[in-house]
Amino acid sequence: MSNDPTHQFQIHNIVPINVGGLDFSFTNASLFMAVTVAAAAGFMYLATSKRGLIPSRTQSIAELLYEFVASMLREGAGTKGMVFFPFVLTLFLFLLTANLIGMFPYFFSVTSQIVVTFALAILVMSVVVGYGVYKHGFGFFKVFVPSGVPAALLPLVTMIEIVSFLSRPISLSVRLFANMLAGHITLKVFAGFVVSLSAIGTIGTGGAILPLAMTVALTALEFLVAFLQAYVFAVLTCMYLNDAVNAGDH
Amino acid sequence: MAEDGQEDLDERRKRLASELGALRKGQDGESGKKAETTANDRREMSKGLKLSSEFMAAIFVGFMLGYLLDKFAGTSPWGMIGFLLLGFGAGVLNVLRSVGYVAEPEDRLKKGGK
Repeated sequence: MSNDPTHQFQIHNIVPINVGGLDFSFTNASLFMAVTVAAAAGFMYLATSKRGLIPSRTQSIAELLYEFVASMLREGAGTKGMVFFPFVLTLFLFLLTANLIGMFPYFFSVTSQIVVTFALAILVMSVVVGYGVYKHGFGFFKVFVPSGVPAALLPLVTMIEIVSFLSRPISLSVRLFANMLAGHITLKVFAGFVVSLSAIGTIGTGGAILPLAMTVALTALEFLVAFLQAYVFAVLTCMYLNDAVNAGDH
Repeated sequence: MAEDGQEDLDERRKRLASELGALRKGQDGESGKKAETTANDRREMSKGLKLSSEFMAAIFVGFMLGYLLDKFAGTSPWGMIGFLLLGFGAGVLNVLRSVGYVAEPEDRLKKGGK
């Protein structure tokens, strides 16, 4: 069991709660989501509590994060998109913190559950569609109808556009989930090689150096992936928000 | 004779200076470019990661739409065949769009809205 690389993704109840036959139990996933939110919010709160003119180290990090997300959103969705800054910053901080917390040994990584990533992606898409319709009315759906296409091809192209639009939340969620899942499994498999090789004897122990080195290298790579995937998710959110914000710029 | 040599030296110095200047400029440009590429690296890497998943997601969505349509309308297997093909088209569109060969939908709207 200790060598089962997918054991780390199992969800188990901590506080079983049952409401009307539905399972609302507080699981380890819920626990780590709560920890993630607490860590991200707590860090930002503490880092900005002093608000010195000359920033302390933590305040610098908070300012860097702010600037990073702000420029990302401005690039992606323009100045009008800045109304979504709190949303994108929260999303980015949540994902980044969740990914990084998942890198601790024995910790549960929330973003390796497709339920979590898919819920976030659906949230993003409903914000995009909701804001688009609220801002431009049903003119927003003109996004799906390309101009300058022969009338005979129009229905086909529109269908393709709609399928393409519907595929966005899936590609968004699957990318994050698959990267985190695959990374953690790879790490566990290589770390498992170290144990099983050193059980063989002296030669095995010598040979175990190779997977150990690989594990160290993979850990570094996983930190990169943890940051990169949070970044990609946030950047794509900005791009999709761009659709909703700038769709009807006459 | 001596004057000639002096002129020759001046000329050579000038040539060397201009050549060095050109070389330095090239180096500056190169290092500037390098800094730019590291700044762009993140963006490029995220773009690369995007492509693979976008293609497959569209096919998956096409498949699911077709499957559900068949299930509710009883048109099996034509819905799935049609929507799978549409999904493939959408996947290609996704990839081409994120590479930049096809305009983003909102750019097109801007043009059409005017």
